[in-house]
Amino acid sequence: MNSTTLLAFDALLLISTVSLAWASLASSDERRGVILFMAFGLLLAMAWSRLQAPDVALAEAAIGAGLSGALLLSAVRREPVGLSRTGAEPVQNHEKTDYRMTLRWTVTLLCAAFTATLGWAYLSALSFGPHDGLPRAIAANLEASGVSNPVTAVLLNFRAWDTLLELAVLLTAALGILALGKESPAYQPAGVVFEGLIRWLVPLLILTAGYLLWVGAHAPGGAFQAGATLAAAGVVLRLAGRHRIGLPAGIRLRVLMAAGVGVFLLVGLVLMLAGRSFLGYPPALASLLILVIETAAMLAIAATLVLAFAGGRPQTDVLANTAVKLEASTASGPGPARPAGSGGTSNDCIPEKKAC
Amino acid sequence: MIDVLSSVLLVSGLFFFLAGSIGLLRLPDLHSRLHALTKADNLGLGLLIAGLAVSSREPLMMLKLLLVWLAVLAASAASAHLIARHARRQETGH
Repeated sequence: MNSTTLLAFDALLLISTVSLAWASLASSDERRGVILFMAFGLLLAMAWSRLQAPDVALAEAAIGAGLSGALLLSAVRREPVGLSRTGAEPVQNHEKTDYRMTLRWTVTLLCAAFTATLGWAYLSALSFGPHDGLPRAIAANLEASGVSNPVTAVLLNFRAWDTLLELAVLLTAALGILALGKESPAYQPAGVVFEGLIRWLVPLLILTAGYLLWVGAHAPGGAFQAGATLAAAGVVLRLAGRHRIGLPAGIRLRVLMAAGVGVFLLVGLVLMLAGRSFLGYPPALASLLILVIETAAMLAIAATLVLAFAGGRPQTDVLANTAVKLEASTASGPGPARPAGSGGTSNDCIPEKKAC
Repeated sequence: MIDVLSSVLLVSGLFFFLAGSIGLLRLPDLHSRLHALTKADNLGLGLLIAGLAVSSREPLMMLKLLLVWLAVLAASAASAHLIARHARRQETGH
């Protein structure tokens, strides 16, 4: 009875996930597509938790559904004219339509080939007989890893290299975002109700991030989930029209973004100097070192994600500030540089000037 | 006994979710849909949380579940307000 119910639930979950994915792709309205994508992400998180992978489920819900959704929505907002789809507009140019059809079919065929490859890989992995070698090896060495959550043990100890490189990928992405120029225009200031919400929501998100980071040592959680939760605080602040969204200015922002890779490398190098292998933690110190690395990684991940949501260099940045100063001094002269009622982006930073 | 209480709470929670979803699909305009959705779903979630809390029997888990409910209550109230305000501004052309 119980297993039948679960099977029915899984079937329902599978059907809803695939239908939502299809609906999201087929939607002619970008905003609707993004919202369906977020719902798809939440169902996918549920699927991961049904597969008994709560760490992945948390990451999928926080990053896949939450932050990616916010990023996509802000991209839709930035794009003034909708990217119209083939079916939505009258056919004007036969060559263009042909090109689009070819593109569409090429993408479809490539996706089908990819799915077939994945299916083949899965089936051939199944035919290799018992595949519990890796879980057993992890369980046998868990004691020495410094943490009791096997996922954190793999990410931060056994395969710490991979996580280091992942953080390096994130750092590269952050550099790319900085190269995009100024951030997108700020949102309008929040009204009373939203302001009241963020007053306690932001501290709660920060607290939750700290909790997820700490609990990652022995239960689902860790730097990525905590970083995404911390970034959500920045996203909420930005949505409420705040000038400061938790990102420091200038050189401190760069230091923060590089903190994940930097601390990771530093720990590795110090261990090498002490005569151990790169990132080969001594078991007595492992749990402390993992916590230090994860804290730095969480801050770097959160900074990168918030930066991605801002879509460029924050206006509180030193470089942006000098540009704003120049703009303000040429535009309004020596008078009080705060014309009432104007919500332009150049004025948004003037309170920050005093701080700098 | 506890199982029965938990099941009753869960099923009545689902009933409110169903009512809210029907309201979302059947009611004519955005404001009445919001009305149906936020009221019914928040009560439904409260009942679900109560059912899960009763069946978990752990004080810490109950506290976490209560926190989930309070967070969703505040977030859904605020977002319903934001959606309604945005819609009204568009209607009045402001």
